[in-house]
Amino acid sequence: MLPDQLRSKLREMIAGAESPREKAIDVMYAIQELQGWMNDEAMVEAAQLLAMSPLELEELATFYDYIYRSPVGKFVIKVCDSTVCWLEGQLRLTDYISSRLGIGLGQTSADGLFTLLPVCCIGYCDRAPAMVINKRVYGNLTPEKIDRILAQLAQKADFSGSE
Amino acid sequence: MKKLNSVTELTQFREQLLAEQQGIKKSIAICEGTGCHAYKSAAVADAFEQEIKKRGLEKEILVRRTGCHGFCERGPMAKIFPEKVFYFQVKPEDVAEIVDSTLVNNKLVDRLLFLDEKSGKRCAYQHEIPFYMLQNQVVFGNNFMISPRNIEDYIAAGGYSALAKALSGMTSVDVLEEIKKSGLRGRGGGGFPAGVKWETTRNAPADRKYVIVNADEGDPGAYMDRSLLEGNPHSVLEGLMLGAYAIGCSEGFVYVRQEYTTAIENLPIAIEQAKQLGLLGQNILGSDFSFEVKIHQGAGAFVSGESSALMSAIEGRVGEPRPKYIRTAVKGVWDKPSNLNNVETWANVPLIVNNGSEWFRSLGTEGSKGTKIFSLVGKVKYTGLVEVPMGVSLRQIVFDIGGGIRNDRKFKAVQTGGPSGGCIPEKYLDLPVDFDELSKVGSMMGSGGMIVMDEDTCMVDVAKYFTNFLAEESCGKCVPCREGLRQMKRILKEITEGRGKQSDLETLEELGAFMKDASLCALGQTAANPVLSTLTYFRDEYEAHVRDKKCPARACRDLIVFYIDPQKCSGCGTCRKQCPTEAISGDKKIVHIVDQQKCIKCGTCLQVCPSRFSAVTKLPGGPAPASVPYGTAVVQKTKGESK
Repeated sequence: MLPDQLRSKLREMIAGAESPREKAIDVMYAIQELQGWMNDEAMVEAAQLLAMSPLELEELATFYDYIYRSPVGKFVIKVCDSTVCWLEGQLRLTDYISSRLGIGLGQTSADGLFTLLPVCCIGYCDRAPAMVINKRVYGNLTPEKIDRILAQLAQKADFSGSE
Repeated sequence: MKKLNSVTELTQFREQLLAEQQGIKKSIAICEGTGCHAYKSAAVADAFEQEIKKRGLEKEILVRRTGCHGFCERGPMAKIFPEKVFYFQVKPEDVAEIVDSTLVNNKLVDRLLFLDEKSGKRCAYQHEIPFYMLQNQVVFGNNFMISPRNIEDYIAAGGYSALAKALSGMTSVDVLEEIKKSGLRGRGGGGFPAGVKWETTRNAPADRKYVIVNADEGDPGAYMDRSLLEGNPHSVLEGLMLGAYAIGCSEGFVYVRQEYTTAIENLPIAIEQAKQLGLLGQNILGSDFSFEVKIHQGAGAFVSGESSALMSAIEGRVGEPRPKYIRTAVKGVWDKPSNLNNVETWANVPLIVNNGSEWFRSLGTEGSKGTKIFSLVGKVKYTGLVEVPMGVSLRQIVFDIGGGIRNDRKFKAVQTGGPSGGCIPEKYLDLPVDFDELSKVGSMMGSGGMIVMDEDTCMVDVAKYFTNFLAEESCGKCVPCREGLRQMKRILKEITEGRGKQSDLETLEELGAFMKDASLCALGQTAANPVLSTLTYFRDEYEAHVRDKKCPARACRDLIVFYIDPQKCSGCGTCRKQCPTEAISGDKKIVHIVDQQKCIKCGTCLQVCPSRFSAVTKLPGGPAPASVPYGTAVVQKTKGESK
């Protein structure tokens, strides 16, 4: 069940729209913000709010890369696999992240911290190879830099967990 | 902020803002675009503010946190007005010195100036720096002058005066005609004349119509729209409003990719500020014209940037293209006439209305008017955003502005037009860049990405990369695109792995021609371009792969061979110790040998071999030269000969 507060926020969001389904992506983003991914229950509830059938919403959820239908880690690592990053050695770096975290593309680390996803150009070509983790961009990546970033994030997760 | 009820009030407001700035002697623009921001430009801006406050200079020196300045390779950047002194790679520690030297005592801080490698000179001013020298930043230039979160900056710099001009003295037809006369063509890829598209929407009978900003910039290598939208959102909004006025509609959308976080933050702020001033909403500036705009976020789908797909996405449907027997300009969002242009196109509109179509036509070539912003990336020395008049040659862009190829490598090709574009070889470097010329050589303008490739880039590998990319992003609705790409992908994989046949090349050409004719949308129709253009210009590379099983660029892993030259190996053991698969055997003072069966071609040995020996070489392919028997002693070198 979605929390009441979120539900009323979503209702408000939908009320401002021409037709409810127009807000489908925003609604799913808001739910993901809270719980990370769209589970079946959330899909049914969101569909109801949007006056869509769960199947119609499913069609959208599975079409777009950033709507998650399975659990994701606290940090979603989106590695750009487009031209410029590729030219600058992105494949090797992705392999490096994979082996560091012990996960393949599309998988989540056992500690639930990291999910690794390949994404289309993030427009950060001047600092290729690049990646986005949650909302932050990291560029000019090297194995050393990746080590540093992953260590920092793991520490951050530890810290917020103990609060 | 007080609502402005007339054009006169807007003018008075601008005069008041300028009067308030009278006491300002100097200003510093600090780039907070995504690129510089990642390099802690915010800390630099903070340091400037603190330093200026500490010295009690707030009334004389203004700090502006602006959008992208273009020269992303050298960020964070600080530009000082009115002198236009440019400092690069500024750190918070440098700030006190800049304030003291440049802002107070009018002296330059040499080490932060751009060093021109060709002349060996430091360049202080914008007009001296080769990267900026050849540019004409009519669209992008305002990024230096305004903070994207402050509408007052935009207004002070002359913003919304084009809207005011239209509302006070031009009919909607006047605006439309001005755009038509200007020859403005869509900057998103197609290059369709904007005015003609507007007219179609204007003439389509309907109770409601829409204008749309396509900010779903997805072409790999292109990021000018992001920089414009995050750095100067009002210029895009003003353009959109002028379009709405000319077309006769009162509603608009901005469809922006979720990845562009700064733009998504700045845009609602810009819209809110414009509303407060009465520049958006009912009866704008006291006129009969009303306009509302909504923001839609993407969710990660390349194909959604296609116009009909984007409109489906706005409706909350799957962002897939639909057949356009009837154009979206006539039947778009909710089947209403909808005019879509990309960010850069809209940002050109206020300039044309303000300066007139004649001015716009004075820039560019016969068929392509105005300027174009390119994102110059890849193996080029100076990466960044470059705005030049249409018609400037590729050579000027890559070599004069971009400084040529990095690490003294040789130029091989420049890829334009995104994944559906093509690779242009050296022989066309003097080609004037515009919509038509690029098409003539089998590429296209696209949204303006220019990816420079050097001699180490394998063109078959590039074609394979793009084909993989397009196969991944194809929505799969029509067979030619879906299956054509799949087959191309398979063939290219075979070729790059050394199993290619001569007949594969003809099959690729045949498939390409078919995809061009039979695909549903532009993505599919152009999906074969990377393969076809590389086949045309770099056929010898394909042939080397197919016939000799060699990769001339030494890039295809399955073909290349790492080899240790027995004459040069000193038996130091560095490569042997670092080889991840223990493929190298040898001992102290014994020549090392690579076991080709075990080698995974990672290249570690090449990287770690001390440069004084340089014994490891990467060969394009074929069987490795016969190795010496295990146990051969290294060649003894006399002193001074080791290099």
